[in-house]
Amino acid sequence: MERIAQKTQGNYKWYMIVMLVALILISIFTGVSDIRLSNLLSLTDTQKLVLLTSRIPRTFSLVLAGSTLAVSGLLMQQLTQNKFVSPTTAGTLASARLGIVIAVIFFSHSSLAYKTGLAFVFSLIGTFTFILFVRTVKLKNAVMIPLVGLMFGNIISSFSTYLAVQYEVVQNASSWLQGNFALISSENYQLLLLSVPLLIFIISLAHYFTILGLGRDVSLELGVPYGLLEFIGITIVSLATTAVILTAGSIPFVGIVVPNLVSIKKGDHFQKVLLPTAFSGALFLLITDIISRTMIYPYEIPIGVVIGVVGSVLFLYLLLRGESE
Amino acid sequence: MMDVQNVTKNYGQTVVVNNVSLPIEKGKMTACIGPNGAGKSTLLEMVSRLIPQDTGHIYLDGKEVKSWKKGEFAKRLSVLKQTNQMTVRLTVRELVSFGRFPYTKGRLNSKCHEIIDSSLSYLGLSELQNRYIDTLSGGQLQRAMIAMVLCQDTDYILLDEPLNNLDMSFGVQMMQTLRSLVDELGKTVITVVHDINFAASYADNIVAMKEGQLFASGPVDKMITKSVLDDLYDMDVEIIENKGKKYCLYYIN
Repeated sequence: MERIAQKTQGNYKWYMIVMLVALILISIFTGVSDIRLSNLLSLTDTQKLVLLTSRIPRTFSLVLAGSTLAVSGLLMQQLTQNKFVSPTTAGTLASARLGIVIAVIFFSHSSLAYKTGLAFVFSLIGTFTFILFVRTVKLKNAVMIPLVGLMFGNIISSFSTYLAVQYEVVQNASSWLQGNFALISSENYQLLLLSVPLLIFIISLAHYFTILGLGRDVSLELGVPYGLLEFIGITIVSLATTAVILTAGSIPFVGIVVPNLVSIKKGDHFQKVLLPTAFSGALFLLITDIISRTMIYPYEIPIGVVIGVVGSVLFLYLLLRGESE
Repeated sequence: MMDVQNVTKNYGQTVVVNNVSLPIEKGKMTACIGPNGAGKSTLLEMVSRLIPQDTGHIYLDGKEVKSWKKGEFAKRLSVLKQTNQMTVRLTVRELVSFGRFPYTKGRLNSKCHEIIDSSLSYLGLSELQNRYIDTLSGGQLQRAMIAMVLCQDTDYILLDEPLNNLDMSFGVQMMQTLRSLVDELGKTVITVVHDINFAASYADNIVAMKEGQLFASGPVDKMITKSVLDDLYDMDVEIIENKGKKYCLYYIN
């Protein structure tokens, strides 16, 4: 029995890897400039330039952003023991955005460092506020929490919009509102590399986060420093969200939809679902990005719009499913 | 040996546990009884370090509980609170394996797997080990939680109403299991029990609490008496003896 189970597990893993590689290749060779796998060895200089400065960085960012967002969501769900909490539904994204708007307004020569710093601080504060709120106001229905979080996020967003309008930085600010990978080039995706050490850090603490998912009492009972790990977890999520939003803009729902779909299939053992979730997050973004690039070819729909549509449908499905259970 | 000295806990103006002192005998089963709101669960939480006491001292094997290192404490004492509904999708085996965390931090070795196997079979869960816990009945989940605590392999095991959700037959099985933990494995079991007859039939010692204070404590024989129980519960309790065991009748009052 056990051996069969292990075998299917192994097959599943290979299946994921093949899918990922295939989608990475499709993603790299999708676009207006005609570059094909078959003439990879005889590229013109322009084609090489497109490949190296645009296509590969874009695909690479998609993979990183997808896995980071999915894992961030999973981690937040683990920390709050609520399946519907994620950077989108806990005000993390919205707060980070507010931080960026403030950086743009008040530090007008806003270097990336300012934006990063403020976005990080704001997302940290926003997320903690929400988590404290959820803990104090005991909501009877678990489904209410993400809805309250979405409202919380929208309140913060409206404040950002107000500031942006007042200080005439709407254009600048709106580029952070809608996730878009079209503008990524070899020049500006480096911040996203921050997510690599963050992911490794999460993996190295995975056994602790696994226990945290059972709640405060069980964690303390097993000798796990709950408060400290909760703080570390939220800090990681805020940093990772900041890195993604500054590179690609806000990408909603990935952190909820992907971990929940993986959980239906593979359960909630954090350590065991961590890598499948990261993989699936990457796949999800690669697929939605390919859709956004081919729907009205040769133009592009921002990936945020595609994910908004696909993600909200899946989110509703998960909400209703959770409700019926 | 566990020693509770002058422990008090307040929530705002309300005194939940008031100046309680009691020794707990090692290698015995101690049942904690008393009316609702007597402070039994709070006392259990303080002893197991889930919440801090306001005043007083609690010693475990001669050392104050709060001065134990987290990891070491978790190897000495395990606690199971009233099982709230677990909605996480974990298999029974995964849940039980968490009991090994204080020893191996999630990296299970072959010894861990042996202990997990024996804990599972001790509670009759071997067949169910690959089931997700959100598909279990209340009684099965309760047994899975106990198996996890057993897996933690501690000298002291604290349980808050382990008979919750269990029908008569599983209730008896649970108490027998706890009894055998004491008799066969030499554990010290401290459990909050609401059914006084289960306490009378299986425990060695009884601790009775009322309105936050220690009402009385001692061996079962001394405690299961009309004079103690009438005052403890403010009820008319009739004690009958059958085959050398004492039972309380209180259903018609």
